Amino acid sequence: MESYTVHDYDVLVIGAGGAGLRAAIAAIEKGARVGVVTKSLLGKAHTVMAEGGMAAAMGNVRPEDNWKVHFRDTLKGGGMLNNWKMVENYTKEAPDRVRELEQWGAVFDRTPDGKINQRNFGGHSYPRLAHVGDRTGLELIRTLQDHAVKMGIHAHMETTIYRLLTDAGRVVGALGFNRQTGEFLVFRAKAVVLATGGLGRIYQITSNSWECTGDGFSLASMVGADLIDMEFIQFHPTGMVWPPSVMGILVTEGVRGEGGVLKNSEGKRFMFDNVPERYKGEFAETEEEAERWLQGDRSARRPPELLTRDVVARAIRKEVNEGRGSPHGGAYLDIASRRPADYIKKKLPSMYHQFMKLGNLDITKEPMEVGPTCHYVMGGVRVDPDTQATNVPGLYAAGEVAGGLHGANRLGGNSLSDLVVFGRRAGMAAAEYAAQQTGSLQVDEAQVRAYIAEALQPFNNPQGENPFALMKELRATMQKNAGIMREEGELKAQLEILANLKKRAWNTSVSGSRAYNPGWHTALDMRLMVEISEAVVLAALARKESRGGHARLDYPDPDPTFAKLNHIIRRNSDGTLSVVAEPLPEMPEEMRKVAEAKDLKELSEKVGA
Amino acid sequence: MSTVTFKVFRGDRSGGELKDYTVEVQEGMVVLDAIHQIQAEQAPDLACRWNCKAGKCGSCGAEVNGKPTLMCMTRLDTIDTSKPVTVRPMKTFPVIRDLATDVKWNYEANKKIKPFTPAPNTDWIMYQEDVDRVQEFRKCIECFLCQNVCHVLREHDEKTGFIGPRLLVRTASLEMHPLDVENRLDMLKNEGGIGYCNITKCCTEVCPEHIHITDNAIIPLKERVVDEYYDPVLGFFRRLFGSKKRAEPSGQAADD
Repeated sequence: MESYTVHDYDVLVIGAGGAGLRAAIAAIEKGARVGVVTKSLLGKAHTVMAEGGMAAAMGNVRPEDNWKVHFRDTLKGGGMLNNWKMVENYTKEAPDRVRELEQWGAVFDRTPDGKINQRNFGGHSYPRLAHVGDRTGLELIRTLQDHAVKMGIHAHMETTIYRLLTDAGRVVGALGFNRQTGEFLVFRAKAVVLATGGLGRIYQITSNSWECTGDGFSLASMVGADLIDMEFIQFHPTGMVWPPSVMGILVTEGVRGEGGVLKNSEGKRFMFDNVPERYKGEFAETEEEAERWLQGDRSARRPPELLTRDVVARAIRKEVNEGRGSPHGGAYLDIASRRPADYIKKKLPSMYHQFMKLGNLDITKEPMEVGPTCHYVMGGVRVDPDTQATNVPGLYAAGEVAGGLHGANRLGGNSLSDLVVFGRRAGMAAAEYAAQQTGSLQVDEAQVRAYIAEALQPFNNPQGENPFALMKELRATMQKNAGIMREEGELKAQLEILANLKKRAWNTSVSGSRAYNPGWHTALDMRLMVEISEAVVLAALARKESRGGHARLDYPDPDPTFAKLNHIIRRNSDGTLSVVAEPLPEMPEEMRKVAEAKDLKELSEKVGA
Repeated sequence: MSTVTFKVFRGDRSGGELKDYTVEVQEGMVVLDAIHQIQAEQAPDLACRWNCKAGKCGSCGAEVNGKPTLMCMTRLDTIDTSKPVTVRPMKTFPVIRDLATDVKWNYEANKKIKPFTPAPNTDWIMYQEDVDRVQEFRKCIECFLCQNVCHVLREHDEKTGFIGPRLLVRTASLEMHPLDVENRLDMLKNEGGIGYCNITKCCTEVCPEHIHITDNAIIPLKERVVDEYYDPVLGFFRRLFGSKKRAEPSGQAADD
């Protein structure tokens, strides 16, 4: 019979990106015995790829900035579907979390007076992103990694979780396997924090690494946790489009933050024609005004290239569809004519390097070609805004896998600070919960044995399908039928495709040994990816309007009815999923005043921000 | 579209061999794309480590035609593909399987380095020109290619008394942090084994982040060790005034 080793922890953290490491640190500080599981080596999680910066209203560059302005920006960018309480917690705490990183050794770029510098980004009213050139994610993850090591973190590297384990409706641990050896591991834990990141790999064109297979959403949903707003997928406007092998790799929004402009094949800055009604009056109306803004004139408004990502991505797509795209089906992003070469190399070094090396293009001399790429999911596991607890006792979620903070669209820079604000809250709450649990944990051995047998099944199924081919099919069909623009017919067709893929995901065949076997890993990833793809498509079908990261060709405008609703994706007792519309949590009057202030002047006059 | 033959190492700790695979090449393809194509179509159990495919995570280091490099940043049109292209795992670390090596030694050796220790009651004012140097070191993506080529580790397998270029760079990032007050010179001299480095600059040559490992990190650290332990005059002053040199802020002092 297959053997496995058992590890006991108070808190098990699944994922070692920014949220997972920050949760681990918080739980250790509370005295919990903490284990961290990561599919990669320590320090390689998807957080490492974040580029532009982390948003926090520190006011280092513009003293007028404060949490209320950040609160309004975040809700406005999120189509007002955000959980207001999460946004309040987030915008109030983010500055402390950034300063804390500095105290743990992070070295951010500086202002002339020696403080942490902050840069402009889309949807933020003031320069707000603490950054290190265009490698902010690396700085964040390395700092947390070093600090976690200092605190004595216990990390299981290159380990994948296959299923969460429950006892009497409560999460009591997880079953996983060591990718290097193929050996199974049972983690008994009083509390589990999911910090597994996103699901970008369900799409063909994505900025996400192989790890982002949506594990956490599926694991949580399978044990009865509610998901929220899964229809909202962010397509980042600027991914590389050429050459084919690098399609989708991220081009940081920092390029536009540093003054880069978008042009079509006719040389026109098309974003001036794409300012949505709700942002009218807040952006520059002429190139001349945008130019003055770049030169530092504070009476000038921001250029429309700094609109939110959903708006910019759809504008690029429109230019391409109407025949004004670049040769490889994107738009031109030009920083070369806006800033001196030395400045570009200093502020955007990895973009310079990336295009030089992969695209044979010098961004200090020529414009880049860019187009939308799947980047982030706003929806996720539904959590309590203060503790990050899910509706399943013992299960917590933080970071991209948790939903609610970003509403229908996330502002650039709001992800890195999300990780540390809510990673910390989840770690603290999980440790407190664990401390209240007495008695030994019951792990159902029969359940463990059954899971192990099904995980090993592809080795004993010689006539099954190639898991890589299956994954390719999933990604291509999701891209086509549930991508940046959606409509009912295609979404329904995709549901049928998924029903078929779901069956086939349980009929794959792998060969070779269990040690470091990517075919096997892919076969198991597929089982989780089809589950979460279905949740995305069901939620997308239910939302008959266009808002944020969800755009319907058959319902092109926002609908006031849907403006008041979140979608809850819930697993029924027979294993199927259903979507339930629920009214947004009531926002108190004082917060509503902040969120709905017409402009910054009104915000400052009426609510003292 | 042309085809290229790849000779890829297949095996584990106990040994292995190069196996031939033919790959159809598209414009702009990198070595990692070829490995992924082989995986998807010919050898689904071919092990390789990767994450970002954009030179940011440092996972996919290997030796392509004998040259240590990140597979994701090595375009096929920059190497001679008229002959078969060999892809082997990094030599310095034990093979787990195929192209994936066991690099956990680096994580263990890292624990010898005392963590960041800020000056008490600091105001956290630092000027850009004072952090430029440390930021260069903090660009490191931990691909371990420098560790792989360092002859102390590669040829002499000196993994107990030496921490290697990556960890010397990390030590430099802490020692030269304007607000750090810890002293790591004893570690460098003893279990860090900085004396083993004889400045052949192999590490600097392979660094995908173009960190000046030898000139900016290792040589200044060597000088500090020499000053601390072998210079009688400086040693005398240090005993009087404390051993750590502090960088004075070169900009205007903040008035808060």
